[in-house]
Amino acid sequence: MTERLLSAEELLERFTSRFGSGISHAAIRKRVQGKKKAAHYTIWIDLDRELLRPAIQALMEIQFPHLSVIAGADLGDAIRLLYIFSTQFGHEKSEHMVTFAVTLPKSDLSVPTISDLVPGAVFSEREKQEFFGIRVVGIPDGRRLFLPEDFPEGVYPWRKDGCGIPEGMVKELWRSKKPADRPAPPAGDPEARSPAGAEGEVQK
Amino acid sequence: MSGESKKAPYKVLIGPNHPALKEPVMFSFEMEGEVVRDVDFAPGQTHRGIEWMGMRRNPVQIVHLTDRICGICGVVHSLSFAMAVEDIAEIEVPERADYIRAILHELERIQSHLLWAGVAAHELGFDSLLHLTWRVREEAMDVIENLTGNRVNYGIVQVGGVRRDIVPEQHGIIERCLARYEGLLGTLLSFFLDDKTIRMRCRDVGVLSRDDALALCTVGPTARASGVNVDLRQDYPYAAYGDLDVRAILPDQHLGETHGDVYDRIVVRLLEVGESCRIIRECLSEMPAGPFTAEEKPAKILAICKKATGEGIGRVEAPRGECLHYVRMEGKDSPASWKVKASSYSNLMSWLPMLRGAQIADIPIIVASIDPCLSCTDRVAVIRDGKREILTKEDLHRLSVARTRRLQS
Repeated sequence: MTERLLSAEELLERFTSRFGSGISHAAIRKRVQGKKKAAHYTIWIDLDRELLRPAIQALMEIQFPHLSVIAGADLGDAIRLLYIFSTQFGHEKSEHMVTFAVTLPKSDLSVPTISDLVPGAVFSEREKQEFFGIRVVGIPDGRRLFLPEDFPEGVYPWRKDGCGIPEGMVKELWRSKKPADRPAPPAGDPEARSPAGAEGEVQK
Repeated sequence: MSGESKKAPYKVLIGPNHPALKEPVMFSFEMEGEVVRDVDFAPGQTHRGIEWMGMRRNPVQIVHLTDRICGICGVVHSLSFAMAVEDIAEIEVPERADYIRAILHELERIQSHLLWAGVAAHELGFDSLLHLTWRVREEAMDVIENLTGNRVNYGIVQVGGVRRDIVPEQHGIIERCLARYEGLLGTLLSFFLDDKTIRMRCRDVGVLSRDDALALCTVGPTARASGVNVDLRQDYPYAAYGDLDVRAILPDQHLGETHGDVYDRIVVRLLEVGESCRIIRECLSEMPAGPFTAEEKPAKILAICKKATGEGIGRVEAPRGECLHYVRMEGKDSPASWKVKASSYSNLMSWLPMLRGAQIADIPIIVASIDPCLSCTDRVAVIRDGKREILTKEDLHRLSVARTRRLQS
């Protein structure tokens, strides 16, 4: 654990100096809000799949980081996974977000697990497996998380290719109409009363 | 209880819907006598595919969809989503909107923490305390209704700002509510913290160590009660919080020690109600004049969003902890990707260390102590002759109609 708090530039420098050409893109985004224009920073780092675990280990040297979530996007020929971390929390206005992004080609949708480094990550890894159809190598618990047990195999809801949700599975609620095969309402039901009788009633 | 094994450990299933659980989630416990040996849970009983729906709608529509992710968190999801889109489209939010966002955010925290305090009291068997907390919670709900027009699904946040201003006549209404809560807080604290029975039921029950809290990515009051100094309003300021002096509330500041148990979770949440009152008051006095949205016309907001390309993150400190939205826009109507990370998403894993070794009678209060929020159910699982089938709303409706017919014939 380092003593001094790092600025966003110093933090990014730690990764660019160590991983060099393995980082394909790096950026710092600053956002200011409020009257005093207090700033917060997000560091975006795109790196090779092989560098994901070393990069997280480098982040852990600073402080045990917080993993918010693993987000993802279907880019067509590849799946982009974003490991959204934050570090230097517990100090006023000094937390930075660090996002590691890896791109997995659809021909090889595998990524190593990080749950041995960050045990809580298994929750998000299980979700990415069932929603994107990726394979997390070494995951300690590969069961489904959110999808129901009878959900078909090989359908991944967040994919935008042939593996996504097929038309037939989408329920268009706005198309549904009042069922025609309902039994007639019993006598005394407000729906069956004559309009004249209903007028005098106090509506609940 | 399953009849497979006659020897300990016994398998006990609780859920997906159970009177002792406020939210639908499926637990399976391995019990040895009264003690939980191991535990596993299955969420997803309520998964509605909101992210999938969002990827087929435009940002102006999605803001209203985010309002409906959670029944009582009407600000945090819409605010996170709006901040993510503003981040991508480089929309600068007016300062006044930052303050209005913070005020509503804190009012929501007050009503959410009071709702939770009532649930906790009920789980412990103190129903008079449940009724007291829920009655006083109504005042925050009334103020929220006055400011936004709604008790739930506020529809107040929009991309670029907020949809309604807070006018001077409303300051008095907010002030009256804050004064009431500040006067009441001492009473509530002594009801919860000085009560011998509550102390016996909650002290050193459902303990989450600081290391486990960090390792399992725990957020919000659950993490703070375990001594993790984390609060986005302090660490990663957004909206008006950068202007205010906000400090994370930790149990050792007030009790001199941290146990990481259910009792500490009560302490943190109740003290945060007082802190929220202070923040709202400071926001009201410091609120700058000016517009409350960057763009009033939804069509123009939409036109700006359509041109936006890139990735953005919006992140706020919800009543239950960090709420995060990731959005990817590719210059089209709808986002290419959208991930909603609600606070309970990060907190569910912390149930495992809390429940291991617990007594069976403590399960409800431990489960409730992280303030889980899994929202309303959308399907029912029926297990008949060992076969499991999922019933949809339509199936249930059909069964209901069939039953009416049977009764009539």
